[in-house]
Amino acid sequence: MSLEILTYSFMHRALISGIAIAILCSVVGLFLVLRRYSLFGDAIAHSSFGGIALGLLAGVYPLWTAYGVSIVSALIITKIKDRYNISGDASIAVLLSSGIAVGLVIIGFSGGFTIDIFSFLFGSILLVSVDDTILILSLTGVILIVILLLYRQILYSTFNEEQAKVSGIPVEKINYLIVFMAGITVVTSIQLVGVLLISALFVIPNLTAIMYGKGFKQTAIISMSFSVFSVVVGILISYVFDITPAGTIVLLSIGLLAGTMVIKSAGLLSKN
Amino acid sequence: MLKVVEISNLTVQYPDVKALDDVSFVINQGDFLGIIGPNGAGKSTLFDSMLGLNTKYKGTIKFFGENIKKSKHYLKEIGYVPQKPIFEKNFPVTVNDVVSMGLRNESDKNKIDEILQQLWIHELSNRRIGELSGGQQQRVFIAKALVNNPKILILDEPVTGIDQQSIELFYSILRELNSKQKITIIWSSHDLDAVNQLANHVACLNRTLFFHGESEKFFSNDKLIKQYSEASMQEHMHHH
Repeated sequence: MSLEILTYSFMHRALISGIAIAILCSVVGLFLVLRRYSLFGDAIAHSSFGGIALGLLAGVYPLWTAYGVSIVSALIITKIKDRYNISGDASIAVLLSSGIAVGLVIIGFSGGFTIDIFSFLFGSILLVSVDDTILILSLTGVILIVILLLYRQILYSTFNEEQAKVSGIPVEKINYLIVFMAGITVVTSIQLVGVLLISALFVIPNLTAIMYGKGFKQTAIISMSFSVFSVVVGILISYVFDITPAGTIVLLSIGLLAGTMVIKSAGLLSKN
Repeated sequence: MLKVVEISNLTVQYPDVKALDDVSFVINQGDFLGIIGPNGAGKSTLFDSMLGLNTKYKGTIKFFGENIKKSKHYLKEIGYVPQKPIFEKNFPVTVNDVVSMGLRNESDKNKIDEILQQLWIHELSNRRIGELSGGQQQRVFIAKALVNNPKILILDEPVTGIDQQSIELFYSILRELNSKQKITIIWSSHDLDAVNQLANHVACLNRTLFFHGESEKFFSNDKLIKQYSEASMQEHMHHH
């Protein structure tokens, strides 16, 4: 592989944004996976599709409308789920399909803007601008700081909601905070892997890390490392071989998961 | 004698059944109260109401003289050990992580080591919680409940599905917490013998409270014990 590619400034932006997104997705995703909410990222991503279409139609930067639509619909669906006692997987199905439906209808109205939509569906990390990079870094920073500050409360209410409540932790508020942060994280990550592959970044590195890590912090760090590895190597490989970065990144992280499963079933890793 | 808990005319009506009917009693500081009663007697409903998990009740519950509907401050003084702590088997947390969750003040980290040593689980501190036996997990959850120096410890049938040796150890820990550290213990149990040995007060619950007082008075009264056994037996038949 030629080192020349590391001198391009678009590659610097892609790698810096990619690393930030990798870390963000693995941390937020770890809480979602442990809450049996693995597909929630996917559902938010699909609802953001409606937001993107709305932005393109209105002539607004599509990611801004995507942030608005995703966060609002994620919070609404969480509220409905609690109020009407709907199960997690069913509420995800509702959120997922309504986002796509809204997007399709809006695209129909506008007579179609297929090329723009394509980059949002599959990501366009090599095209991120300086402004995008700054936004990605700032949002990553803010979310990581919030998680560090509320670490005990978030972990405890993920581990056992009832006991957390008895300890005086405002569990409902924490749940909404997680949904809110997941909404921001998903839309921020769309530029890396697109709407369709988001949940891979949320789920796969964490499943792998849970097989290695003992404690929570250790597991989170292992997950971040796998995630960053897949993203960096994925971006470089995809550029050299001229293939799609999103697909390459996800296949690499699936490879790490599969490898770990093989090692584990061969008895080389202690059983948990 | 300082009253730590005052329950007055507590009634909980579920859509199809009355879980608790006009229950009133007082728990004093330093009491070791065993709450006994058959399945479906309302023990868990009573605990849920005391812990603020169920707020749909009639009557009043006071902790340290204050109505719990007015302030949640009392929760800081309570350590709670649930019947069977539910968590994902593969949840990536160590014993140390679990006990830390209970710790309100980050600066008290030393307290964790102290409490793990006291409960004989210090050597397990870096093991994943899901790898441990039921008895070991039990002690971890007691450690979590004790790490903030609570004034009251509430335990909901805490020995369900645990081996005999762990139960013995668990009982000796409870006895020490009550006698040496003066922690008020509220403990629901199926095991009459254990209640007889450990508790100094007994509350006998079967939707209504049909006895509350010193355990000697309960266990020296054959009529009461017979009544209790018959009620349990009926309930047992009813359930099967």
